[in-house]
Amino acid sequence: MMTTTVYVPRDTTALSLGADAVASRLERAARQRSLDLRIVRNGSRGLSWLEPLVEVETTKGRVAYGPVEPEDVEALIEAGLFEGRQDHPLALGLTEEIPYLRNQQRLTFSRIGVTDPLSLEDYTTLRGFEGLKKALACDAQGIVDEVKSSGLRGRGGAAFPTAIKWQTVHDQPEGQKYIVCNADEGDSGTFADRLIMECDPYLLIEGMAIAGLAVGATQGYVYLRSEYPNAHAIFGEAISRARTAGYLGDDMLASGKDFHLEVRLGAGAYICGEETSLLESLEGKRGLVRAKPPLPAIEGLFGRPTVVNNVLSLAAIPYILDHGGQAYADYGMGKSRGTLALQLAGNVARGGLVELAFGVTLRELMENFGGGTQSGRPLKAVQVGGPLGAYLPESQWDSPIDYEGFAAFGGVVGHGGVVMFDDSVDMGDQARFAMEFCSVESCGKCTPCRIGAVRGVEVIDRIRAGERAEENLVLLADLCDTMVDGSLCAMGGMTPFPVQSVMKHFPDDLIRPRAEGGR
Amino acid sequence: MPHASPQTDGAWTPAQIQDVIDAHKSMPGAMLPTLHAIQDRFGHIPEAAIPIIAESLRHTRADVHGIISFYHHFRTQLPGRSVVQVCRAEACQARGCRQLESHVKAVLGVDYHHTTSDGEITLEPVYCLGNCACGPTIRVNDEIHGRMTAAKFDRLAEELTATVVEVR
Repeated sequence: MMTTTVYVPRDTTALSLGADAVASRLERAARQRSLDLRIVRNGSRGLSWLEPLVEVETTKGRVAYGPVEPEDVEALIEAGLFEGRQDHPLALGLTEEIPYLRNQQRLTFSRIGVTDPLSLEDYTTLRGFEGLKKALACDAQGIVDEVKSSGLRGRGGAAFPTAIKWQTVHDQPEGQKYIVCNADEGDSGTFADRLIMECDPYLLIEGMAIAGLAVGATQGYVYLRSEYPNAHAIFGEAISRARTAGYLGDDMLASGKDFHLEVRLGAGAYICGEETSLLESLEGKRGLVRAKPPLPAIEGLFGRPTVVNNVLSLAAIPYILDHGGQAYADYGMGKSRGTLALQLAGNVARGGLVELAFGVTLRELMENFGGGTQSGRPLKAVQVGGPLGAYLPESQWDSPIDYEGFAAFGGVVGHGGVVMFDDSVDMGDQARFAMEFCSVESCGKCTPCRIGAVRGVEVIDRIRAGERAEENLVLLADLCDTMVDGSLCAMGGMTPFPVQSVMKHFPDDLIRPRAEGGR
Repeated sequence: MPHASPQTDGAWTPAQIQDVIDAHKSMPGAMLPTLHAIQDRFGHIPEAAIPIIAESLRHTRADVHGIISFYHHFRTQLPGRSVVQVCRAEACQARGCRQLESHVKAVLGVDYHHTTSDGEITLEPVYCLGNCACGPTIRVNDEIHGRMTAAKFDRLAEELTATVVEVR
């Protein structure tokens, strides 16, 4: 009897929408029909609005159905799901032909959703660990040079050239050095790090091992936020399997080189996404920001030279080593080379992960990929780059997304989160929330951030209550300047960005007194 | 099993705390892994355990208290049988989490950082669960629930209470 293969994703989004129940109903239905069914719990393809996205292997390729709720399973089977028939309203045709997926340039995310995230065989079949093998065949400087030629810049938000960090650590005298992966993905609207860790965990492991070889570090830590229990479970298991198979640990792949890797959990502090605060936390302290210099590349974790890179920067490395830095640099525009993982979130009809070369415009992204708002109402504002990013009005949706272009109008690409809001949003609420969030998450070390955020909420409340609004607006503008200029790190230094953007582009929402019981 | 998480009555002895500490104290930067392990096992980090932790990891009590209080995740009080976190961040705001949070507070009859009078549910805010295309999102212990609505939450809250009745 022929085996039928069905894929049901196991990433957080699919699970949050009932993927486990879908899988067990499929299993039960197959048993009742005496069908030989193999269910693969793959990662997500990143088409979040279609989750749970169920796929069936056919002679023509994998066909998709979604979003599949547990209650849909029986009807889908009646309509020929196990045979790959496409008669049901949830049928989507060949997965690879879904325009949202077909129109992307997936270099880093080429495997997500395709494979069983924990299968080493799946990973190596699709060129997994080829980058590591090439790195093992070069000397350390050769690896750094390859990354240099790719033009890769830090994907966490600061956009600092990755190879310069690596070169600095490489050039430090031999001794204990560390690779630290920043997986404290706290920006609302971002989930790309999570997708890597849940859907293609060996990619991050490979990237970190290569980084270790490049700078002479034998120990790596992944600092993962505690809000990601599923990523923790999957990634922890992946480390253990990679170690058993000889891709990690002493004498990896019989090369004579060592690289050890461990996951450390954060504990619910947004500030620990800031690299020096993260290092303090890893050392077991309060996550207070450190003054720079010294740079972490010279005095980082436990005072030793440390590479601190975002998940997405490290996940880009295996492709760069495997295909060459130039192949990566061939994508992109200006000084922003390669691809960017954009994450469409918030009030969007088709939310999910969109990996594209730099240069696409926000409007193309939000309309062609996102399909407009989920509510069907007009789009009013979009926040790019997390809670510290400005709210962009329609006049700014046509500039191509790249680091310099966005910086030119005060925008932030950040970690690539794109949060869409329809016209029911009260931008005054959003400005207030930016300050409130900072007051909750400030580490407290510097005054502009610690006190400024609290005063910011108060001043905005007075403005919105109509209390000497004009005078208080001047005060708010002054407070924002103080925070931008006087804060120790980006938390206090950028919290004013969303507030200032509301003052500039949506002043009516801020000044208009709040209607009783209204939005 | 729905809403699986290690339930604990919070009971502990100094010897048990010491065991957990000893299993972690040789790690570099042992403090956070140790605090996590204690909270995972006993549901909280008892105030009275702080001197033991301080002694074993060579910190002052004030240091340990400062570390615990810095991180939102750590708690020194035993929570309800379930911890419900509502995402308050921007992507969920754009999908109606402000209305959802009012509903949740009204249904449970508590504000954030409080536990229902029957000791069943502790309500906490959270800033992003990484489910930003499918919000509003809430977390119940270690399970994430997306596209949350008032009606779905009511069913969930009922289930959480019903499970307890079965256990007893």
